[in-house]
Amino acid sequence: MQIKPILVALRRHKAGTVLIALQIALTLAIVCNALFIIHERLANLSEQSGVDEGNALVVTNHWAVEKPTQQVDAQIRADMAALRQLSSVRDAAPATGYPLQGGGWDNFITLTPEQVKPTTDSAVYVSDDHLLDTLGVRLVAGRNFRPDEILVMGTQEVVIPPVVIVSKALADRLFPDGSALGKSIYAMGPTPSTIIGIVDVLHRQGTSQWNKAYAGQSLIWPARPADSRGVFYIVRAKPGQRAAAMREVPKALFAQSRMRMLDPKDGILDYAQVRQRAYDSDRGMVILMGLICVVLLAITAAGIVGLSSFWVGQRRKQIGVRRALGATRADILSYFLTENFLIGLGGVVVGAVLAIGINLWMVTQFEMARLSLAYVAAGVVALLLLGQGAVLAPALRASHVSPVEATRSV
Amino acid sequence: MFTYYLQLGLRSLRRNPALTALMVMAIGFGVAASMITYSVFRAVSGNPIPGKSAQLYTPQIDNWGPQQNVKGEPPDALDYVDAMALMRAHEAKRQTLLYMVQMSVMPGGERDLPLAANGYAVYSDFFPMFDVSFQYGGSWSGQDGQERSNEVVISDQLNQKLFGGVDSVGRTVNFNGHDYRVVGVTRHWDPKPRFFDLFSTSGFEDASDFYMPFNRAMDLQMRSGGRNSCRGTINYTTWEGYLQSNCVWITPWVELDTAADVAHYRHFLESYAADQQRAGRFVWAPNVRLRDVVQWLDFQHVVPPESRISLLLALGFFVICLINTIGLLLAKFLRRAGEIGVRRALGASRREIYAQYLIEAATVGLAGGVLGLLLTTVGVSGVSVLFPPEIAKLAQLDFKLVGLTLLVAIVATVLAAFYPAWRAARVQPAWQLKSN
Repeated sequence: MQIKPILVALRRHKAGTVLIALQIALTLAIVCNALFIIHERLANLSEQSGVDEGNALVVTNHWAVEKPTQQVDAQIRADMAALRQLSSVRDAAPATGYPLQGGGWDNFITLTPEQVKPTTDSAVYVSDDHLLDTLGVRLVAGRNFRPDEILVMGTQEVVIPPVVIVSKALADRLFPDGSALGKSIYAMGPTPSTIIGIVDVLHRQGTSQWNKAYAGQSLIWPARPADSRGVFYIVRAKPGQRAAAMREVPKALFAQSRMRMLDPKDGILDYAQVRQRAYDSDRGMVILMGLICVVLLAITAAGIVGLSSFWVGQRRKQIGVRRALGATRADILSYFLTENFLIGLGGVVVGAVLAIGINLWMVTQFEMARLSLAYVAAGVVALLLLGQGAVLAPALRASHVSPVEATRSV
Repeated sequence: MFTYYLQLGLRSLRRNPALTALMVMAIGFGVAASMITYSVFRAVSGNPIPGKSAQLYTPQIDNWGPQQNVKGEPPDALDYVDAMALMRAHEAKRQTLLYMVQMSVMPGGERDLPLAANGYAVYSDFFPMFDVSFQYGGSWSGQDGQERSNEVVISDQLNQKLFGGVDSVGRTVNFNGHDYRVVGVTRHWDPKPRFFDLFSTSGFEDASDFYMPFNRAMDLQMRSGGRNSCRGTINYTTWEGYLQSNCVWITPWVELDTAADVAHYRHFLESYAADQQRAGRFVWAPNVRLRDVVQWLDFQHVVPPESRISLLLALGFFVICLINTIGLLLAKFLRRAGEIGVRRALGASRREIYAQYLIEAATVGLAGGVLGLLLTTVGVSGVSVLFPPEIAKLAQLDFKLVGLTLLVAIVATVLAAFYPAWRAARVQPAWQLKSN
């Protein structure tokens, strides 16, 4: 196939050529970035929480009256006894927060008390010895809390328990040589906590960008959170009994005391709802970006079909002449395919540069990661194929132009 | 002539149905994507208090120091010591401190369960500063500077829930077991974004239910229902210890009318921080900020990045749709070169051809706009699929958006038609007549 005559012919259709190339370039730039955003957001959506999400649920319990710590603690113990007795419930624990909550308590961690610049940051869960079983998180080293280690933490009281369980991510960040068990850490308190257990995966409460730097880093302190404002109850239903537990838990709690507030809208959530709320905006972005990509590719393809058809219509006579002079159908077909390929090539070169440029700008604006070149490469191939696919129908029609056309009306 | 061209344009829409449908769809989808994302962006990026945003300032004082603050910026709220110092100095015309409090309204009447209520502990200047107007009554007295009475201002929704919406001034509400006298009921007031509390909220939470005197909340030792952020070692054990700690949880606002007032206040903040340094409380140079509402919204990144990214992407998408339209219009117009040649030969000027094809493009734009409007309507009502509920519900299809959708569609299409129409107007009549 000779390329030179095609290039010469294209010069006579400057506007159309530029328009198609520009459209391909912009489509490539946008689709690459949209796909990259989809990829990043999907990664968020599939983050592991460490929780037995099929069976766990969360009750947000606000106390109606401020009471002294002792009375709050007594109420929590009564509530726990009632919940753990329910036939649909496997275990329950009071806590200051829960994984994927969307934001919550975190403390800086240091390795010595004098250290001013923190070593890292950790989500803080304050709960009792039932938390591990209730969440379903797996202990990979050490042991769980003993009942006698559980302290009581009043309203915004600073209680630094002498023992702590940390997530593997936190253990590895603090002690990269794997020697975390038995070591002491300081979590903004004057006294240290000794690591007695390490759990496999325990997601932070927060899912925001800020949390990414400390992904999976969390710790559990052994204390009942007797805050006079409120407490979270995490409940793990027996397999297949989540719906029953959702019904029974609030009844059991109100039977214990009516001086509490469970929001009718989100007072009790199963983990599917928790996950949905945590990743609302990520899911929305995936859907929006996906829609834009699909419609954009369709419109670009349709645009190529439209303009190519017009060109074929314009050149019927020339095609007829070529056919009459001995060009085969395959020659005509490959002429249009090559022409489109050349335009597409011009478009993707500009588009690749644009895609990277847009991404670099977004990195500075939205704390996004750098676009991987694999995306650009995949996008280039996809758009060239799209162009070839789109031009195929008009090109086939062109190849069917009869040589007789050459003789007409000249 | 305009109506005649319009008729021609409408008729020509039917001539190449596939090409026309393609253009109408491209414009419809492009404009709809832009308008749907714009409706959300408009809602989250608006100025919540346009009349006064340049007079309201939130002071920041660095009480954490360069080793513990975030990227050199002072914390986003004040600790108790600095907050009270600002109040005592009273260097602004009006000033308030505020923090979020959560309380419960005790059962009574037909309610047998307590009711959760979210509000703020504020000073009485809060109401005139932020243009909060009252349905009944007014604020508690700020005359004695104490502001520790058992009085409360409730919102119209809470008044509806508790008192059926009647004038409840003078009635009693029991919050958390303590009686409060209602002194005022606000009219509906829910600025979005909630510029005055971006420390504890993202700016889009449900409207608050009540406002209580700041010092009353202090007397009751009420912990913040919102955020609390500390640095270093936390070693307080009592409420008094907490108040003296470096934990930040109080948002201050001051009203400053003139540039001179702003300069004066900035100077005051600097000298206050310098005093703290001299006294040894801060071991770093003064690091203070004084941002007005718009600067504060910007600094706090109130507009979610998702909203910005999706608007930009939708606009990019629209641009591609328009480029597509330019190409298709070019094909559509030049296909009729013969027709143009005849008209030109019969005496039509280039200008007339130009006008005719621009008007034809406008009809395409109008059709695209109508399709876009349908899609926008569907999209805005289904926007909760794309954005979190508290943001999605702010997106609304109003008269302005409808007008904008049609206008953008038509104007953009006409702009896109400039080049194709120009090409059409340049058709050489002789050429066309000859070959037919």
